[in-house]
Amino acid sequence: MKPIHQMGVGELAAAIASKQTSSVEAARHLLERARQFASLGAYLAFNEDATLAQARAADARIAAGERTPLLGVPLAHKDIFVTRDFPSTAGSKMLAGYQSPFDATVVQRLAAQGAVSLGKLNCDEFAMGSGNDNSAFGPVQNPWDTTRVPGGSSGGSAAAVAARLMPGATGTDTGGSIRQPASFTGITGIKPTYGRCSRYGMVAFASSLDQAGPMARSAADCAVLLTAMAGPDIDRDSTSLDRPAEDYTLSLAQPREGATAAQPLKGLRIGLPLEFFGAGCAPDVLTTVRAALAECEKLGATLVDISLPRTELSIPVYYIIAPAEASSNLSRFDGVKFGHRAAAYSDLNDMYRKTRSEAFGTEVQRRIMIGTYVLSHGYYDAYYLKAQQIRRLIAQDFQAAFAQCDLIAGPVAPTVAWKIGEKSDDPLANYLADIYTLSTSLAGLPGMSVPAGFGAGGMPVGLQLVGNYFQEGELLQTAHAFQQATDWHTRSPSGF
Amino acid sequence: MSNMHTSLLVHGYEVVIGFETHAQLATKSKIFSRAPTAFGAEPNTQACAVDLALPGTLPVMNQAAVELAIRLGLALGSHIAEHSVFARKNYFYPDLPKGYQISQFEIPVVQGGEVSFLLGEEKKTVRLVRAHLEEDAGKSLHEDFIGQSGIDLNRAGTPLLEIVTEPDMRSSAEAVAYAKELHRIVTWIGICDGNMQEGSFRCDANVSVRKPGAALGTRREIKNLNSFKFMQQAIDYEVRWQIEEIEDGRAIQQATVLFDPDTGETRAMRTKEDAADYRYFPDPDLPPLVIARDWVEQVRAGMPELPRAMAARFVADHGLSEYDAVTLTQSPAMAACFETAARASGQAKLVSNWIMGELSRRLNADEVDIASAPVSATQLAALVVRIADGTISNNAAKQVFDALWTGQGTQVDAVIEAKGLKQMNDTGALEILIDEVMAANADNVAQFRAGKEKAFNALVGQVMKASKGKANPQQVNDLLRRKLQ
Amino acid sequence: MSLTLSDIGRIANLARLELTGAQSERMLSQLNGFFDTVAQMNAVDTTGVEPLAHPTAVIDHVSLRLRPDVASEPDNREANQKSAPAVERGLFLVPKVIE
Repeated sequence: MKPIHQMGVGELAAAIASKQTSSVEAARHLLERARQFASLGAYLAFNEDATLAQARAADARIAAGERTPLLGVPLAHKDIFVTRDFPSTAGSKMLAGYQSPFDATVVQRLAAQGAVSLGKLNCDEFAMGSGNDNSAFGPVQNPWDTTRVPGGSSGGSAAAVAARLMPGATGTDTGGSIRQPASFTGITGIKPTYGRCSRYGMVAFASSLDQAGPMARSAADCAVLLTAMAGPDIDRDSTSLDRPAEDYTLSLAQPREGATAAQPLKGLRIGLPLEFFGAGCAPDVLTTVRAALAECEKLGATLVDISLPRTELSIPVYYIIAPAEASSNLSRFDGVKFGHRAAAYSDLNDMYRKTRSEAFGTEVQRRIMIGTYVLSHGYYDAYYLKAQQIRRLIAQDFQAAFAQCDLIAGPVAPTVAWKIGEKSDDPLANYLADIYTLSTSLAGLPGMSVPAGFGAGGMPVGLQLVGNYFQEGELLQTAHAFQQATDWHTRSPSGF
Repeated sequence: MSNMHTSLLVHGYEVVIGFETHAQLATKSKIFSRAPTAFGAEPNTQACAVDLALPGTLPVMNQAAVELAIRLGLALGSHIAEHSVFARKNYFYPDLPKGYQISQFEIPVVQGGEVSFLLGEEKKTVRLVRAHLEEDAGKSLHEDFIGQSGIDLNRAGTPLLEIVTEPDMRSSAEAVAYAKELHRIVTWIGICDGNMQEGSFRCDANVSVRKPGAALGTRREIKNLNSFKFMQQAIDYEVRWQIEEIEDGRAIQQATVLFDPDTGETRAMRTKEDAADYRYFPDPDLPPLVIARDWVEQVRAGMPELPRAMAARFVADHGLSEYDAVTLTQSPAMAACFETAARASGQAKLVSNWIMGELSRRLNADEVDIASAPVSATQLAALVVRIADGTISNNAAKQVFDALWTGQGTQVDAVIEAKGLKQMNDTGALEILIDEVMAANADNVAQFRAGKEKAFNALVGQVMKASKGKANPQQVNDLLRRKLQ
Repeated sequence: MSLTLSDIGRIANLARLELTGAQSERMLSQLNGFFDTVAQMNAVDTTGVEPLAHPTAVIDHVSLRLRPDVASEPDNREANQKSAPAVERGLFLVPKVIE
């Protein structure tokens, strides 16, 4: 049996089910490994007693003959999900030590499937960032090069999975926060259609954009995790879509219409937006992505040129809508009901101001300022309303594109992971780096990142696949076929 | 516009009043959470994670709140929007857990409509601008803590319907009459318990004054008028105050004021900084509220007859005066009592007199609600039947009513029998009595014949006395006159 | 158009944030930098375009789900107030609210 930390979700589930190992043994091993690589900064919280109690319960269910695809498998959650057993901080000083009285729906669903929670993973404060250097609890290192960022905002999840600290983790994606860190760390991550996963128990950043999704080492593992995570949450989330849950593992097994063993992607039309392959994208990334697309062609796919003309507009549109919603969502952090309260203040408003200025990081304050401004009297129409109108045009561009192709492909980010601290004082540079992931989020479409090879400095590069609404199955199927023919997703950083 | 022609001036100024009423909707659970709405629980024991805005919580809309809004819209002849939108009203306040209130801004669920009522003899109509759904805030308690306030969020998230009128009212009396009529309607259709002490029905009055024909003056908003009495006092004070300010050459500043029942004065509240910039935007957590026509029709089918329609019917069918009809439709219970008794007895006018007379008197005296009155509508019917057919006199009827009220008896006829209150209607026996009285009072007879009308009354009195009050006075009159001719 | 320091002050006050002079200066230049890129939005003709508040509304209409009126949340005050900065007799304490 290979070392537990080398196993993916499926392998480990099978090993536990066949009693080659136990959930408790796996959990102990991975907690030990977490301590060993604590310097990565991936974890924010452990609760060994709770973890082992869950593992023992899973082993008991197995002993009783129960079998589910995740029974006994240890995972960890991005600290944007609130949890009963672990503090929930959203990477902010504002929520240091916060104890939620309930579990997020996604956390509940995974637990119900028998998954065991190892702890909480570092992220950019309130999921605002693309380098995980906006966490109040320190940056996260990229295991491929510990001087570089793992991407963000789900940087802790990405680094932990890439460093083999766990077979899979939860993440959230508002403007690329699953796809970009997955790309930067050479793992597989998928953001489903907006409304597919419940937002209940996710500390809200931008309500009309936030989506939960899995991050793991293969499309197959993502399919298992997403199957458990997704599905309607009628009682708790009004934006959760009322569509029956799907078993995404089925779409992996069944070949697509007219496919052959040699050409599993036969008949698949992959659209390449010319705006994604322009001068803005670093050559090493372009070369790697084109090579991956050539591989897709070998597998039977046909590549068609398409256009998403408003790609560049997605930056201002997103950075108006997301901060606007965030400025309102973060108003509840006022030092009254929970979280940080300033030690000294003269009156109520002074308490509000000091509490919020002390406990919110600079990027969060920046976005609250932008959001407050674009909603304020006299600016709403010119900024927020206009952005929501262009948002519809952007979404319509995608619908026009999907008339010509089944999937859309391109780079996830213009460059490989940058050095820690390199962009930390240049917000605009960070915003611009999100250009290939924002439009998908604005349209609420499913998108994923698939390891495609390596670029400058031997850093991983991801291939982004975007599907039409509810095409998660087709995305995973395509990524799986690609991963059957390539081994990029199996590479692990040296020393891990 | 409706009331212009009847504007009454105060020191040469026209008073202009508009209302914003917050009616708490009678739901079991909150508007966006499953926490109970019952009044008076221990602090924060009815504030669940959603009401406290704990991180990760989201709103889920209560169907009953929408249905109650539809009922109001139907009752006031408003348009029920097929499509309305919930927005966030952003401001910081300790009793507002999320830092924003979920309300309706650009597109409310209830649009237009009107409230009509009588002011004295005059029919008034106040137009509604809108009624929108929103969540209530919590409460700040200032008493018990030195230098601090305690926040109780039990009320946070209670469904409210904010009912906004045009500035159609021209006097404090008209404003109070409007508020009373609106109160009667919301309680009548069962969307609000109407309890003003507990804050279930809170009125804000926007008051301004102007010279007739001039543009609208700057208004001040009097907040939380929680009794009709204070409402009138507060508006009268505010009107006087504004006129004095203007007469003294000071311009009115727009402000929110509170009425102090102890001093009888209004005073400006400490204005919330930047309250002006609420940064409204559609709540991304809540898709648009879509109300299908067939749902509206279902609700309409379940609506009770409205008080004004019922009163009009009482006038038409039972020949009651407008005043009586309005009085009898104060509550569904009273209206039901009248209808049952009137139908059973065929004596609408008598029933109406008895309900507004003896019955109301006893209800007030014993402080009981008509629904639980000891005398039922059917008993009342039986009683008035016996009055109408001359079996008992009005005075006797009062004794019967008392017996029924105090439980001495339940059957009207049995009581009449037991107390021997039956009037003597046997002509033969009565004629004998009269002959005896005339014989015994020959002088009166002579005086009458000599033209002294007063002597006649003396004789009637004698006969009644002789009959121990059981003779039918009318009958005595007739027979006596005939015999004296 | 570009913002001024007084705009920064007004917005910070609306957002209940306290910025030092230096922070305000940096905030000002960073926000102006951002709003330069926003200017390209003005070139887009959006006349008659319905704003898109809920992404999936592009393909089919989304409407609010309504739940039955059932009061099923039990009192969970102790757990709910676990992370409260100041609580006395079940009430959240704040600096005096003056009305």
